[in-house]
Amino acid sequence: MIKQYKTITEVAGPLMIVEGVENIKYGELGEISVSNTTGHSDETRLCRVLEVDENKAVVQLFQSAAGINPEESSVRFLGKGIELPLSKDILGRVFDGMGRPSDGGGEILAEKRMDVNGVPINPAARDYPSEFIQTGISAIDGLNTLVRGQKLPIFSGSGLPHANLAAQIARQSKVLNDEESFAVVFAAIGITFEEADFFVRSFTEAGALERSVMFINLANDPAIERISTPRMALTAAEYLAFERDMQVLVIMTDLTNYAEALREVSAARKEVPGRRGYPGYLYTDLATLYERAGKKRGEKGSITLIPILSMPEDDKTHPIPDLTGYITEGQIILSRELFRKNITPPIDVLPSLSRLKDKGIGEGKTREDHAGTMNQLFSAYAQGKEAKELMVILGEAALSETDRKFAEFSDEFEKSYVSQGYNSNRTIEETLDIGWELLKILPKEELKRIKPEHIEKYMREED
Amino acid sequence: MGKIIKVSGPLVIADEMSNANMFDMCLVSGHKLIGEIIEMRGDKASIQVYEETAGLGPGEEVVTTGAPLSVELAPGLISRMYDGIQRPLEDMREEFGSTITRGITLPALDREKKWDFKPLMEKGAQVSAGDIIGEVDETALVKHKIMIPVGVEGRLVEVKRGKFTIEETVAVVELKSGERANICMLQKWPVRVGRPYKKKLPPEVPLITGQRIIDMLFPIAKGGVAAVPGPFGSGKTVVQHQLAKWADTDIVVYIGCGERGNEMTDVLMEFPRLRDPKTGESLMQRTVLIANTSDMPVAAREASIYTGITIAEYFRDMGYSVAIMADSTSRWAEALREMSGRLEEMPGEEGYPAYLGSRLAQFYERAGRVIALGSDGREGALTAIGAVSPPGGDISEPVTQATLRIVKVFWGLDSGLAYRRHFPAINWLNSYSLYVDRLERWFSTNVASDWESLRTRTMEVLQKESELEEIVKLVGVDALSDADKKILKTAKAVREDFLHQNAFDEVDTYTSLDEQHAKLTAVLNG
Repeated sequence: MIKQYKTITEVAGPLMIVEGVENIKYGELGEISVSNTTGHSDETRLCRVLEVDENKAVVQLFQSAAGINPEESSVRFLGKGIELPLSKDILGRVFDGMGRPSDGGGEILAEKRMDVNGVPINPAARDYPSEFIQTGISAIDGLNTLVRGQKLPIFSGSGLPHANLAAQIARQSKVLNDEESFAVVFAAIGITFEEADFFVRSFTEAGALERSVMFINLANDPAIERISTPRMALTAAEYLAFERDMQVLVIMTDLTNYAEALREVSAARKEVPGRRGYPGYLYTDLATLYERAGKKRGEKGSITLIPILSMPEDDKTHPIPDLTGYITEGQIILSRELFRKNITPPIDVLPSLSRLKDKGIGEGKTREDHAGTMNQLFSAYAQGKEAKELMVILGEAALSETDRKFAEFSDEFEKSYVSQGYNSNRTIEETLDIGWELLKILPKEELKRIKPEHIEKYMREED
Repeated sequence: MGKIIKVSGPLVIADEMSNANMFDMCLVSGHKLIGEIIEMRGDKASIQVYEETAGLGPGEEVVTTGAPLSVELAPGLISRMYDGIQRPLEDMREEFGSTITRGITLPALDREKKWDFKPLMEKGAQVSAGDIIGEVDETALVKHKIMIPVGVEGRLVEVKRGKFTIEETVAVVELKSGERANICMLQKWPVRVGRPYKKKLPPEVPLITGQRIIDMLFPIAKGGVAAVPGPFGSGKTVVQHQLAKWADTDIVVYIGCGERGNEMTDVLMEFPRLRDPKTGESLMQRTVLIANTSDMPVAAREASIYTGITIAEYFRDMGYSVAIMADSTSRWAEALREMSGRLEEMPGEEGYPAYLGSRLAQFYERAGRVIALGSDGREGALTAIGAVSPPGGDISEPVTQATLRIVKVFWGLDSGLAYRRHFPAINWLNSYSLYVDRLERWFSTNVASDWESLRTRTMEVLQKESELEEIVKLVGVDALSDADKKILKTAKAVREDFLHQNAFDEVDTYTSLDEQHAKLTAVLNG
């Protein structure tokens, strides 16, 4: 028998206090019945127990507090955490931020219900990600290679085209010589209707809608729902990957809105704030999301995670990108400067990084010359940019012949290697060959990072 | 037996706990979740619970075990991976599947396995704590010494030979009181208490890592302490992994503390394939792993570095040189901060508790070169290397600053170098090692007499280069004198051909001291 409590004593922001409760468990889900003021039938709202102190429970609302009346509203506790009903039918469906269908279709007939908070993966059970994913984007495939089971965020800023890049990755990603079933889970966290619509349209155009699942919390939806939206998406992904053996790509945008919702709850609880008012446990909280990506030994499926976050003021040291970078396996950084130069996608390859690339490239995976050319391109581009900086101060005449070559290289590199447009899909061979073409600009003796036999083999002289 | 009255995240408060002591281990609720008492007020005890607490509520029972959180020490530790409170992760995977379910207890060490015990002492000998009575070939690289536990002193009346489990008696000691103590191979030790030794000695021998910038410019001594701070992407973990792989120690304890799960998987998969350069045996045969990844319960993360260092001390006591790598101490500090916040303590800087500095100091001070207990006066060393992850790469933050007050070696990682793909991205201008003077004698007698002058010349060239670069930025390279141009050229060679070292290249990943000396001499005289 479930007791109905009418003992709400306090509602403040996203928190509520219920007194006189018995047998309440930490983390338990609650349902608040709110009598609707407009005369319609009662509605229920979800909440969760954040703290139990003898007979007093501090409860966090997952939905708006509007309409809750401490005198009249009542709460009942359900004895379990938030669960998401799952079955194969979730593919092709659209849900709201709390996992309820929002596309007009019916409820999901649950084959399985899973707790949205997930369970930590035993590190001894993980399988090291090493299968190369071809995204068709040179700056990623060639230099910051994505592998299956990796978590690779896109660090963007307001007004930068991260949505185009993410949609391109979702459309084009494939594992070479592999016909396994593939799914996309998309979580919109507090983004605008237009941006969400862009993703829906782009999935539709690519014919990917029937193999995608969407959880959409828009900017005008309650902010506190955002705390559960990514968890809903990851739970659906875990189901598809580990129960249905699918290769799942999860795209979440925008994590900055998630962290702000978290800060709101923390501030309401009057917790000691960490940097910039974000709670001290932001790292741990983000980790419990990001670490759900991966591969497990003996399982076919995998979860590859691409969270997108906009860096406030393009500041990489802001707590959200900073803590994310410490958890994820690299980052793709978009640059405003390149965007202004009309480089599409404006990926700044130097601070971008894929930590797992070394295991995913080379002979048998991509090509034997991949590692060498990658290092060479990186260092040549860095050197070229330095030369260009010098050129600004001292003028072109002050540069040595070699430095001028490097400067030329870096311009060409941005134009033909990085800037490829959002609709071109390059194979890894094409990407590597463009790299070799660019390296021809440089004097051969500067190519210190490539094995001489590879230069011999791949540096084709046209004349 | 107490009762829960409050649950808030990993913190549980129970009353009627007057029979418990501070830092006792408790079993919380019917799930028997493991927790530790960290505060007592009247009969109310605040317990940090090492497992997920969802589903706990007031009224459930709490039982104290009457003993502090301890680790099990016996043959069988090597090449295993444990979580922060020494639960065996491989066994848990076999038994319970790929996720970490709570409330499960598995013994840290195999109770069934029989080890071949070889006695090293005769019946009738006088023994005291730390005396080695026998040994077990644990792996091809490690002879596990069986020591008389602390607190036992008397005459050896029986020593066995043959195959035993870790709980069977291998020797009997007649105590001074006339009582007899049965000695088995298994010992327990509370993690928060350092294991005793006879005497601490200053470090004198370098820990040879095969990493050129470390051995040549910023060496660390066996028994020393070092910190590796750096922003994300600067290669902290790669540096730690390289040291775990190639450092010339007998035992490596690697603690993944609040870091990525895949990094531990990487160690697990790669180490068995790597060969120790000296013996040709698999590196896993000298390694113990502690993994408390960032998604695992936060309180166990706090305990993990103590679990690791206690295991390391145990091997040090056998007379081994042990290295412990903690990646990352910042995550440990954050766990401390989270518990402190829940206890509603007055925060210090950036919300960290006021005792952050003293806790860190206590941890690092457990490293050192010592004369172990036991009558043979054997020497052991424990080297500690901690990674620090300063937010935004800003080393003025409290954890880095508290660490720098203690450690003697600072390998500062630089994101600028990392962007240029210069690895290891240790900045040669701001890193330092306070062991240089102490180790100079060893290097000049064992490698080459001009070791120190070579090092000084290299540092001078690099220092001069940074000054010259400022000038070049203003007036261009043509304005420099020929001598200065030559310095720039030499410095470039030092950077590119000596300091740059590719951890993923089979040959480049390790360079012996003689090769380092030859290479640097060639580069400088280039």
